[in-house]
Parts: sequence; C-alpha cells; structure tokens
Amino acid sequence: MTILKSREAEPLGPLVNPGRVGGLGDVFRHRYLLKLLVHKELRARYQNSAIGFAWSYVKPAIRFIMYYWVIGLLLGPKSLENRALHIFAGMIMVSFFTNVLSAGTKSVVKNKALVRKINLPREMFPVASIAVSFYHMIPMYVIAIIGALLFGWNPDLGAFVAAALAFVIIMVWGLAVALAFSAMNVYFRDLSNIVEVLQTTITWTTPMIYPFSIIKDRLSGVLYELYLSNPLSIAVLLNDRALWLPTVAHPKVDRVTELPAHLYERGLAMLAIGLVLLWLAQRVFSRLEGRFAERL
Amino acid sequence: MSTSIVVDHVTKSFKIARQKTLKRLAVNAVKGRQLTDSFKALDDVTFGLEQGDSIGLMGLNGSGKSTLLKLISGVMSPDSGEVLTRGRIAGLIEVGAGMSPDLSGRENIFLNGAILGMSEPEINRKFDSIVDFSEMEKFLDREVRHYSSGQFSRLAFSIAVHTDSDIFLMDEVLAVGDQPFRRKCMRRIRQLKAEGRTMVYVSHSPSQVLKLCERGLVLEAGKMVFEGSAEDAVKAVGYTLDTDTEDD
Repeated sequence: MTILKSREAEPLGPLVNPGRVGGLGDVFRHRYLLKLLVHKELRARYQNSAIGFAWSYVKPAIRFIMYYWVIGLLLGPKSLENRALHIFAGMIMVSFFTNVLSAGTKSVVKNKALVRKINLPREMFPVASIAVSFYHMIPMYVIAIIGALLFGWNPDLGAFVAAALAFVIIMVWGLAVALAFSAMNVYFRDLSNIVEVLQTTITWTTPMIYPFSIIKDRLSGVLYELYLSNPLSIAVLLNDRALWLPTVAHPKVDRVTELPAHLYERGLAMLAIGLVLLWLAQRVFSRLEGRFAERL
Repeated sequence: MSTSIVVDHVTKSFKIARQKTLKRLAVNAVKGRQLTDSFKALDDVTFGLEQGDSIGLMGLNGSGKSTLLKLISGVMSPDSGEVLTRGRIAGLIEVGAGMSPDLSGRENIFLNGAILGMSEPEINRKFDSIVDFSEMEKFLDREVRHYSSGQFSRLAFSIAVHTDSDIFLMDEVLAVGDQPFRRKCMRRIRQLKAEGRTMVYVSHSPSQVLKLCERGLVLEAGKMVFEGSAEDAVKAVGYTLDTDTEDD
C-alpha cells in the first residue's frame, strides 16, 4: 500500500507529527487555558474543607506564632529589632517556594486524566501550580506590607529592587524545579516524599526563624559560602532587605551585621544560575514527557 | 483530495517493570532476572486517510485500538514508524476526559472547550449551541459531580462535537446516553462527516461502524489483520450484527 505524503501547502497546513513538543512557549500560546486551569486549581484546593481557603492562611499563621515564641524564648527578648517582621518577611519567601515545590512536583501526576488522554502542552501543569502558589502568596505579602508600615516602614529604591529580585529568583528557580520534578515524579513517585524532606530542610537552612548574624558569627569560609549558595537564603535576605531593614532604627549598623556583603550581586548571580537551570529543566521535561501517557 | 492522517509502519511497545521497590530491583538484577516485561501494543501498522474519510477501528479488547488513537492524537509517540496528521484534531478519545467534577456545568464548558483547543471567543460564540445540544440548560450551574453519568456524557459529547476540528477521534462515544440522545449524536456525527471531517471511530458495534464509516480496520493483538471496506471489516472481525438498528 502506498501512501501519499505530500507536505506542500494545503488549506489545513502541512502534515505534521501530532506529538510534537513545543515547550514553555506553547504554554504562553494557551494563556486562556492556563487561566482556566489556575482558576480550577484555586477552587479545588480546599473544596471539601469547612473553612476552605482560610486554611492557606491559618497554617502559616500558626507556624509564624511557633517560630516567634519558641525562638524568642531561646534567643531572649531583645535579640533582634522588629523580629516578628523579620520572620514574616522570610516566611513569605519560604512558603511560596515550598508551595511551588510540593504542588509543582505533583502537578503532572495529579492531572494524569488529562495527560493520558489529551494532547496539551504538559508544561501547563507545573506552570499552573506556580501561578496558584503565587495567588496564595499575594494576600500574605499585603499583610507583610501592612505590618511593615506599622513598624514604620520607609522604603528606599533598594527595597523595591530587592523585593523584585527576590520574587524573580523564586519564580525562576521554582519553575525550573517544578518542571524537572513534575516530570521525574511520573517515573519515580518517591520523589514527592523526598520533596517533603527537602521542605523541612529549607525551613532551617534559611535565615528566616533566626537572624543572619548568627550565621555570620558561626560559619566561615566554605560553609558560609555554602549557606549563601542556597537560592532561598538569598531570596529571604533580599526580602529582609526590602521589608524589614527599612524599619530598624540603625540601618547602617544592621546592614553590616544582618546582611551579607554584595547581596544584590549574589541575587543577580542566583538569577543567572536559575535561568540556566530552567533551560536544563525544560530539556529534562521534553525528554521525559514522551512516555508520560504510558507511565501514568 | 489531501492526506489527513498517515500511519506509516508504526510499532509501539509498552514496558512494564516487574518490581516496584528498589529492594526487589536489586534482588532481580543480581539474580540476572528480566527486569521489565515488554509487549507490543501495535506491530507495524500502516494506513492512510484522506480528508473526509471515515474509518472504523475494530478488534477485541486489548488489540491496540485505543493505543492507535492515542498515537494519532499525539498523546503518545511511536517507537518506530511515523504518524503524521493535517489540521486540528479533536481529542475525543474518551468523551469527558477533561471534565472537572468540582466545577459547574457552565464552567466545564469553558474549561473542557479550552482543553480541546477552543479559544475564548470561539467558546463564547458556541456556548448557546453547546447548551442547546446537550439539553442541560437547567443543570448548568450545578457541579458536575452531581450529574448522572448520562448527563455527564451529554455535556461532554456536546462540547467535543463543537470543536471545529478537521480530525475527530472517537472511542466508544456512543456507548452511553439514552436512546433519543444517541440518535441525536449519530445525526451530529453524520453532519460532521458531511462537512468533510476525517473520522476515526472505535467501536464494538458493527452496526454503528456500518452506519458511520466507509472503511474499516481490524486489529488483532496489535497487528493489522484487515483493512478495507467497512462491510468486509465487520465480516473480518467476526462479530454478528447487533440489533440496535433503531439508532438512526
């Protein structure tokens, strides 16, 4: 049997491979679908619980209170000026990232009904989970700004630059990790457990609950640099710079003790590394997605 | 006429891991046992369709029909050989695959429409027609989880047939729904056919295949054992004609 495979111009376009992979760009071309998926996800997350959406804020609020009181008892009452704001500014970044991490990792497996049956750009699912985490974070950030204003927040230009940089770092790293992990999770389901362990680690390896000065005093050389090679640490410190530092009485003193040198440069370097990782993650995803439908 | 679908010497096998845990994997690897089972879901299948052709895929359960549809829709890719398609494909593989039980019928029309490739203006334009066809107007604001299975498939089918696709892939889409609605679906599928859409139709019902398709393809354990007219395909698959001839 012979088959005509003419590829010349036709009203319906050329003959193409229906399974071609378009990557993240395809997600952008399906913006409307992305919007609907995000909306669905926001609705579904706490559909069957009595206080619904509020859970997303009750949980961090309780965590915040624990950090504040327990660490306050350990460090003594006068350990750090405006400590509550310091914790909260860090917590926003950490919980944004851990949300992206856990929801992103599960995103493809969770949508297996769609992945198995309908040909969509699969990057849609990790991207949608990041958008959902972002929406959850916005009200927390508003609360943080109100809190900062109560503490006499008087931001300079550096504060806004720092906040923007912190967000972009988390978005880029979060997208990279979500893409790679969501694809790997299809083949290796243990990954979601590993991610849970990772979340705990993140809480204690970023200067959120405790002030950065402790790290500065106790770590040096390689260990110090290792601590700062965590993108989350940089994002937390940048957000401290944005929200907390402008509220403390002697910023000159605190700037030296509470933040590492070259914070902005470190932030930009982190962003650059994140972009390289994002490119790699996209390649991993494209490589693995070929067998998604049969592995789910 | 232009070529719509090319399936060229397509082979697809699935690997199934024999063990789930690392411990078993290590034990089996050390003992030199086979670590995966592999079976050929499709074995060297070749056929082509012109735009406007309709073909019925027949065969017993597990013969590879759904795998073939998935390859044509692009959800899976072949191990060897090539699949090519022209134009927009409605992934009608299983009606309702993109429906969300937590959303209302109305919201599902938008979500499922977008999943099947419709744009926002396109869905807005077709919204009334989708609702009319499904006859689900009264239940639109109810969550889909509270729909009966018949209501669910009505809405899902209605959305799917409103996609302006050049190729429709259907897997047992008429297996559900009450008889009046089934007739309506049948008419709609014929209308799509008359408009020159390409149709790949998986069914266990010889009478439906005879009504909807000119051509037939029979798969047996992944191999194409017959390809030709729908009548001969029904004979080749060895099914006796069923009696649901009232589905006009």
